[in-house]
Amino acid sequence: MRRFTLIAVPYLWLLALFLVPFLIVLKISLSDYALSIPPYAPTLDFSAGWQGIKDLLSKLDFENYVFLTEDALYWKAYLSSLKIALISTVLTLLVGYPIAYGMARAAPEWRPTLLMLVILPFWTSFLIRVYAWMGILASEGVLYQFLSFLGIVDEPLKILSTNTAVYIGIVYTYLPFMILPIYAALEKMDDSLIEAAEDLGCSRMSAFWLITIPLSKSGIIAGCFLVFIPTIGEFVIPSLLGGSDTLMIGKVLWEEFFSNRDWPVASAVAIILLLILVIPIVLFQRNQQLQREAEG
Amino acid sequence: MRRFSWFNATSLTLGFAFLYLPMVILVIYSFNASKLVTVWAGFSTKWYGELLQNEDFLDAAWVTIRVAFFSSVLATVLGTMAATVLVRAGRFMGRGLFSGMIYAPLVMPEVITGLSLLLLFIGIGLDRGVFTIVLAHTTFAMCYVSVVVSSRLVSFDKSLEEAALDLGCTPFQAFRLVTLPIIAPAVISGWLLAFTLSLDDLVIASFTTGPSATTLPIKIFSAVRLGVSPEINALSTIMISVVTVGVITASILSKRSAVAQQRDEQAAAQATG
Repeated sequence: MRRFTLIAVPYLWLLALFLVPFLIVLKISLSDYALSIPPYAPTLDFSAGWQGIKDLLSKLDFENYVFLTEDALYWKAYLSSLKIALISTVLTLLVGYPIAYGMARAAPEWRPTLLMLVILPFWTSFLIRVYAWMGILASEGVLYQFLSFLGIVDEPLKILSTNTAVYIGIVYTYLPFMILPIYAALEKMDDSLIEAAEDLGCSRMSAFWLITIPLSKSGIIAGCFLVFIPTIGEFVIPSLLGGSDTLMIGKVLWEEFFSNRDWPVASAVAIILLLILVIPIVLFQRNQQLQREAEG
Repeated sequence: MRRFSWFNATSLTLGFAFLYLPMVILVIYSFNASKLVTVWAGFSTKWYGELLQNEDFLDAAWVTIRVAFFSSVLATVLGTMAATVLVRAGRFMGRGLFSGMIYAPLVMPEVITGLSLLLLFIGIGLDRGVFTIVLAHTTFAMCYVSVVVSSRLVSFDKSLEEAALDLGCTPFQAFRLVTLPIIAPAVISGWLLAFTLSLDDLVIASFTTGPSATTLPIKIFSAVRLGVSPEINALSTIMISVVTVGVITASILSKRSAVAQQRDEQAAAQATG
């Protein structure tokens, strides 16, 4: 009996507040826009029983999905989200790897402190960390003042409200997710392998490419997925740092819902976004699984 | 011996400068007397004064803290239950669906979680406000809690619990007296995580709130959408300091308890050996 309660309580909670809402989104994505409250049709008529459900099912169609493929705005937004996520993942890797590498080579008594310094920003508000860049990147912001003091630039910067600002924002906020798995992989590495390679005539550079990089592969892959997956649906960064021409699907969905109030289309946008995310998520799961098996 | 090269030192210095300079700049500019962010007009704490007199912000802060408190407590209880089910309950009908529902919210984009919950609340005619945000935050935070707690449950020896049962404990007593003290650090960090996730959340709260409840992130977002504001700089500085002090205290405390535990274990080993 106790076991039943233990299972039932979280189970029912998740059914009611995760699965059912998801099914509602699915259902509304197949409905039509209507000038009523709620603004879609058909609605489920519980009083009609089975007949009501049959009526509902017969009226659902894929019209919204067809609409999404026909309107260039949407597939451009999906493609541009993927592009932004891909580029910023590569940039985060390029910035994060040297940091993780330096941490793994630091004296062991320093490592817990360095680790805490990487984790600390993660506890600070995401919104505030994105906001901090607005003052820096603004046309006459802190960065401009600094660069013009050095005499490097003489006219106001055009970084804020462009995709460049979005890249900077993503690299900055997601950097800990990249550093931590790579550091975890590098820290376990046996240094005598490098020494052996150098004894056998490898240069330091080729020892790095032939040994360090392959041995930290699992960390690199995990870090890339941890940055790539959440970036695709990102809303805060493109809306604060991006411009009107920054197309990201999270922002499109938000606007479709709050500004246009077209719930069926917003729901269809959400379902397709999920379908896109399934691929990297499954790949990530498989990678984690392989890694666990490799570690025994 | 590992070699710590110049390259390593440079990348660490630049990396940590990149991570921390934006926040340091934000803190410095919160003391700027000028309303313009671009002009430094001397040291002043006037924005803090204005912030403390701004009723809207104080109300929003209070709503946020209430939401974070209730949702993190609920999420910790539900998440710990879910973790126990995942690790200990064995086979039952719909187990696959259950673990799927635990892991899916972790990768679900916030816009979708928010949208789906809002559509549910509208569908069942629930008035939106503090209560609906608490429901929403509890749902996604409990999944994080259960991941944190289950990783601890997996690593601990089940025979301790079985011994307690053999010695006449009821399952609930065994959980309270044996399991809970062992997983307590994970439960506490799960609770902290749930609390900060709730404090931080803008997207899900925006979808699930009504006109009566504005949380701090919603307030901040609508204030900074149009540009930098010195009041928000002051507010950010307060939030950054609270988090920094909190995290450093927590890490010192956990380090101390780890040292104490190690000492106890050594003493026990000597006593038995």
